[in-house]
Amino acid sequence: MFEADVLIAALTVFVLAIFVGYEVITKVPPTLHTPLMSGSNAISGIVIVGALLVAGQADGLTGQILGAVAVGLAMINVVGGFMVTDRMLKMFRRSGDKK
Amino acid sequence: MSTEALFDINVTNVAYIVAAVLFIVGLKRLGSPATARSGNRLSAIGMLVAVLATVVGNDLASWEWILGGVIVGSGIGAYSARKVQMTAMPQLVALFNGFGGAASAVVATAELVRLIDRGDGIAEDVSITIMASVIVGGVTFTGSFIAFGKLQGLVTSRPVLLPVRNVINVALLIGMIASTVWLIVDPSITPFLIAGAIALALGVLVVIPIGGADMPVIIALLNSYSGIAGAATGFVLHNDVLIIAGSLVGASGLILTRIMTKAMNRSLANVMLGGFGVEDGAAAAGGDDDRPVRSIQAEDAATMLGYAQSVIFVPGYGLAVAQAQHQVRELADLLKARGISVRYAIHPVAGRMPGHMNVLLAEASVPYDELKDLDEINGEFQRTDVAVVIGANDVTNPAARTDTSSPIYGMPILNVDQAQSVIMMKRSMSSGFAGVQNELFFLDKTQMLFGDAKASVEKIIAEVKDL
Repeated sequence: MFEADVLIAALTVFVLAIFVGYEVITKVPPTLHTPLMSGSNAISGIVIVGALLVAGQADGLTGQILGAVAVGLAMINVVGGFMVTDRMLKMFRRSGDKK
Repeated sequence: MSTEALFDINVTNVAYIVAAVLFIVGLKRLGSPATARSGNRLSAIGMLVAVLATVVGNDLASWEWILGGVIVGSGIGAYSARKVQMTAMPQLVALFNGFGGAASAVVATAELVRLIDRGDGIAEDVSITIMASVIVGGVTFTGSFIAFGKLQGLVTSRPVLLPVRNVINVALLIGMIASTVWLIVDPSITPFLIAGAIALALGVLVVIPIGGADMPVIIALLNSYSGIAGAATGFVLHNDVLIIAGSLVGASGLILTRIMTKAMNRSLANVMLGGFGVEDGAAAAGGDDDRPVRSIQAEDAATMLGYAQSVIFVPGYGLAVAQAQHQVRELADLLKARGISVRYAIHPVAGRMPGHMNVLLAEASVPYDELKDLDEINGEFQRTDVAVVIGANDVTNPAARTDTSSPIYGMPILNVDQAQSVIMMKRSMSSGFAGVQNELFFLDKTQMLFGDAKASVEKIIAEVKDL
């Protein structure tokens, strides 16, 4: 029973988050769709949390290597995603704004 | 469990909630260019909170390995974020999608290895979610690399259609389900490796039949997959912040996918089956194109533009290829200095990813309020003296409105043909991606300006200065 409860709780979070995501993201204007994609790349780097957990709990060498690889891949997304999004967003300016 | 340990876990979970809220608020602030940059920073702070909470709240061993991963990953991420050209943004996003998918798959793999080593057996729901994470992550990984290869020109951007691909795909799907069942019955590494290999193969097979101009759809879809893979990993680890952030990204990618397919008037299934433009292209390319077109030189184009009252630029992928965005902005500045109204009409699928044109023009310091989307600008063409089409094709073809037999019939287009006159900058008379000839070329009001877009615009700039 306990396991099933955990799964249902996780599914609840999943479904609600999809609805929140839908509401928030439909309001992003087309002009920002590329930064939206690179920014969501960065957010999908949240798997860094999972990578840290499995890397930190690894017993054998296989686990340690897999953990380090996962951490590395996730950090590419986190650091690269946020930085490139910032680089793009600072280029967007209105008419009359200073360069 | 001591009360102290309980307390620690709660603080970590509270931090995860804070992180999730920061992601949501961060995405909400992407609703306007004015607040977007601060929104991105909020999301980044959310990520920092989540990472710190994980490091502080758990007794992590093998920190040398972790640190190594952090340093290498951050280095690669920072380097590519700084170096990438705005024209190559679709490639970068494709790669990041792939890394995200791979990270999720590797986390699930590591968790499986740990559970098998522990030898206490694996609960069914854990087996299923591990498989989901590895399969979605694996498909995202190889699919994204094929997409990257197509965008970069390493893999042909033509659709590659294997003869019995549907049979292969069905066989792979059956193999995937079978190995998942196997893993549930017998938690060992073999069925897992089979499923992983199938997922990697499937990623290649799903993306290889998709043509270059359908890339906006496939990148958006892979973006969504990378989020879903993260959410699946959240199920494996029972971690809510992974589930929430993964779902947000999954929803984002799906919404963009839908916007893209709607802008092409096609279904996702039609895009995924691939091969668009192949069958029709063969017929149309050699077809009935002895019809005369009017071609002009840069001097005439400069005169048309210099004495107009209103001009709309219609950029397409050709602008990105020619890297002509800076020249176009310079020309626009000259025209504005002559009191001419200048705007840009951006079709949702112009370029190789959603919003690609907007970023390119932003890079060239074009103010975002001059960039108009389809609905905003389509009523304006009638009142416009000159529409300048630069490297766009199918999205301006009036056949989409009128010719029911055209493969692009029903696709929302920019009503360029309603402008008083049209300058079409193009390398040659070749047809667009859909393989159909653009009826716009043959209108009386259309003047073709052949040649490289960048060189042509530079010539026009010189001529306008002399007017």
